[in-house]
Amino acid sequence: MILSEKHQMMQKLFRQFAETEFTDELLDRLEETGEFDWDIHNKMAKYGMMGVKIPVEYGGQGGDSLAYALMVEEFARVSPVLSIYANTSNSLGAGPLLYCGNEEQKQKYVVPVAKGEKILVFGLTEPGAGSDAGGTLTTAVQDGDYFVLNGRKTFISGAPFADYAVIYAKTDPTQKGSKGISMFIVDMKLPGVSCGKPEAKMGIKGYPTSDIILDDVRVHKSDLLGPLHKGFATAMKTLDGGRLGMAAQALGIAQGCLDESVKYAKERKQFGKPIASFQAISFMLADMATEIEAARQLIYSTAVRKDAGDPESSRLCAMCKLFAAEMCNRVAYKAVQIHGGYGYIKEYKVERFYRDARITSIYEGTSQVQQMVISGNLLK
Amino acid sequence: MKYFVCVKQVPDTSGKVAVKADGTMDRASMATIINPDDLNAVEAALTLKEANPEAKVIVITMGPPPAVSMLRELLAMGADEAVLISGREFGGSDTFATSQIVAAGIHHIGLESDDIIFCGRQAIDGDTAQVGPQIAEKLDIPQVSYAADIRQEGNKLTVKRMLEDGYMTIEVRTPCLVTCIKELNTPRYMTVKGILECDKKPYTVFDYETLKDEPLIEPDTIGLKGSPTNVYKSFSPPVKGAGIMLEGSGKEAVSKLFATLAEKHII
Amino acid sequence: MSAFVNTDPKDFHGVWVFCEQRGGELMTTDFELLSEGRKLADDLGVELCGLLLGDNVEPLARQLGGYGADRVYVCQHPLLKDYTTDAYSKVVCDIVMEKKPEIVLIGATNIGRDLGPRCAARLHTGLTADCTHLDVDVAKYKEFLKTTSTLDVEGMKWDMEDKGLKMTRPAFGGHLMATIICPRFRPQMSTVRPGVMKCAPYDEAKAAACKVELCPVELGEQDLRTRVTEVVKQAKAAVALSGAEVVVSVGFGISKDVKPGLELAEQLAAALGGVVGSSRACVDAGWISADHQVGQTGKTVRPRIYIALGISGAIQHKAGMQDSECIIAVNTNADAPIFEVADYGICGDLFQVVPLMLEELGVK
Repeated sequence: MILSEKHQMMQKLFRQFAETEFTDELLDRLEETGEFDWDIHNKMAKYGMMGVKIPVEYGGQGGDSLAYALMVEEFARVSPVLSIYANTSNSLGAGPLLYCGNEEQKQKYVVPVAKGEKILVFGLTEPGAGSDAGGTLTTAVQDGDYFVLNGRKTFISGAPFADYAVIYAKTDPTQKGSKGISMFIVDMKLPGVSCGKPEAKMGIKGYPTSDIILDDVRVHKSDLLGPLHKGFATAMKTLDGGRLGMAAQALGIAQGCLDESVKYAKERKQFGKPIASFQAISFMLADMATEIEAARQLIYSTAVRKDAGDPESSRLCAMCKLFAAEMCNRVAYKAVQIHGGYGYIKEYKVERFYRDARITSIYEGTSQVQQMVISGNLLK
Repeated sequence: MKYFVCVKQVPDTSGKVAVKADGTMDRASMATIINPDDLNAVEAALTLKEANPEAKVIVITMGPPPAVSMLRELLAMGADEAVLISGREFGGSDTFATSQIVAAGIHHIGLESDDIIFCGRQAIDGDTAQVGPQIAEKLDIPQVSYAADIRQEGNKLTVKRMLEDGYMTIEVRTPCLVTCIKELNTPRYMTVKGILECDKKPYTVFDYETLKDEPLIEPDTIGLKGSPTNVYKSFSPPVKGAGIMLEGSGKEAVSKLFATLAEKHII
Repeated sequence: MSAFVNTDPKDFHGVWVFCEQRGGELMTTDFELLSEGRKLADDLGVELCGLLLGDNVEPLARQLGGYGADRVYVCQHPLLKDYTTDAYSKVVCDIVMEKKPEIVLIGATNIGRDLGPRCAARLHTGLTADCTHLDVDVAKYKEFLKTTSTLDVEGMKWDMEDKGLKMTRPAFGGHLMATIICPRFRPQMSTVRPGVMKCAPYDEAKAAACKVELCPVELGEQDLRTRVTEVVKQAKAAVALSGAEVVVSVGFGISKDVKPGLELAEQLAAALGGVVGSSRACVDAGWISADHQVGQTGKTVRPRIYIALGISGAIQHKAGMQDSECIIAVNTNADAPIFEVADYGICGDLFQVVPLMLEELGVK
């Protein structure tokens, strides 16, 4: 697939931005402290990155899914964690609001999120309910003009510094499984909302993840998102877009691994020759490049088909996520292998890529969940 | 009020540079970029426009048709209009002829009393720093080169003009020309919205027909024929003969180095 | 201006050097250019003249004679005290049109590169920027090519009678050298890169013999469209890289421990009586200010000793230092291009090698 001139310009913009702004110093700081970096968030916000895929009328840039995928790819190529900074608002954050929010809600929440003034996170996962959203234990009980929410959400990326969270809660306990679930926009400053301690993670450091605890939180009914009891369908739709983004992240990480490996293989000498001249190494590089390109084509074309309303896009997004995440892990493995001992020390970039790669086949639906989606679709 | 910005698309000399057998540059094989100093000039204009929103930022370049890709990027950064001066008659121009043509292009659009022309200090392909001042001369307006800070109050500009050993503060009135250095600012990026909207902005091509009645355009002042300077010879710079690589990097190697330096009266 | 006919070379005689002064002090570049201009004037058998503009600058003129000028034209006026484009270009153009020199050399300083193009455009002649080599004599030019290029010099056709100025300069970031000529118009103008031409020793007798000629200046406030409100010499003097005897430069190799890396370079420079330079990478990374930068976009240096620490030797960097008399390179990568121009190379980590060097120099 050949990118249009506009998409080529966007790719250049994202690449320049990442290569210039994501300095080694910043990346080391994120890794060491694990804390959210407001400076780079604000810089991304200034250039509209938080709203790349959000329509112009809601404060965004009006780009399409391909623009969004290109951004996540190019950002992840330099820094997997920073690709999440600009990802959340475009996918899981604003997604549910754009799908089923009313005009007032869109103006109130999407506009500041698109501009990066507010941070909105996605609260679906619970200790006992991950991909199986049907096991949701969080409840919301109507009390006049309010809903009273109780429960615990877990592994919520960005929770510790978020302004708002989209929370999924059971509103009709009589309905089974994924039915009877509703979505709420919860202001994180409301009484009764608290966050757990940020998790100590293997990778993706610099974007804290924690639990959100809801203890008799009174949410006004105007913050009910979409129709009552019918939130789960929206969650699934949002996850499609999210999967595309996560696939693009995996793609970017893999490309970053390849870039580093090619460079290293040309520099590093053994037996009097650059290791790139050995077929054991050069064939690994060839395999990596081929897998990366296959994932890229799948992701780009899925982005275009999704925007065109292709009915297959849900399945295609799952395929992107499955293939890219698994591919990314294979490529990262080889990248470390090519680097030998140097790949195992923090001085070399592939060490971080390797740890960051690991999450791609886990979050926003494990590879096995993607397989369930794809096969379920095939066999229905 | 108009802010003209003169820009140039140049080969990226920071990467691999291909030299053809005849000693000339193989431009076709090299990536092109917007001349870095010119980006500072664009940023200067866009920054001043923030305080003077009624001002129009017009980017203008002379070059072959592919230079339009650069102009699109500048429109996506925030420039309001773009002009490409392109024509066979203009080819082979040296700095004298180039400035003549660009000045004619600006004159054709119309230089008014509150206009400012911004240029980058110099282009990385030629490194001459001549076109800016020569455009100012052709248009008979004052110039301030090496600008590291620009403030505008009405039609008065106060410019910090860098010298090797300090700086001068210079006041100048519009219309005038300012050449910008990288210390002046950090150029902004394009935005996705800007990219999506850049085609809606005015983009004009000036060819020889457009400019031929301009007083500055004469057959003997433009193109190869109008260029006072010619290339006599060109060649690749020399590489010095291989030196001595010392064994190892320990105390012995360093001692040996200093012994040799002392022997040769270098230290 | 239209009365000025400059297409007949026979009407133009003599080599001129625009001698820049700042705050009543001559620039080193003036002496370099006069030394070089002397050779050209001798090859042509013509006079070498200095052109000095300023306010009360006559006393400076004889010194220019000491570096080779036969004659110095002095243009004094209160409005010429500080450099302004308008005043200087008017006075220079007026006297050039009157006296008609065949060659005008200007130092490629921030001022020379402001003045030169403006004058050349007004005089309708060519200007070659930032030259690093000049010849009028074809035989000498051929010798120059033989030592600096791979061209088949003897296999080419040459007009040995040609006395035009051949102005050689780097182009495309130093990847290519180009020799430029200006055959149809006079004067032939060139700005010359500071620090490149060798300065001749000062000659007292020549200084005494130098003819100083005061020239009338027609200049009024109405000629100036810019106003200099202040001239500031930066307290933090720009690193005197250009004239340094010893330069110790650091490159990206200090990245793993920037501050101690810089300190090592400073200590080594201090021990050798030199200054610290840098590659572009360090300047871009913000580790060191731009006035330390050596290379195509930085300064050109030709010190007695150039020590490159952790500099890979990108072509842009080499362009600014490869004429140094003795180059010592320390780099962890044995294939770094810096070793191609180095006289002595050590493949090792600067953090280990420099302390050993300091030890050799008796510094703890």
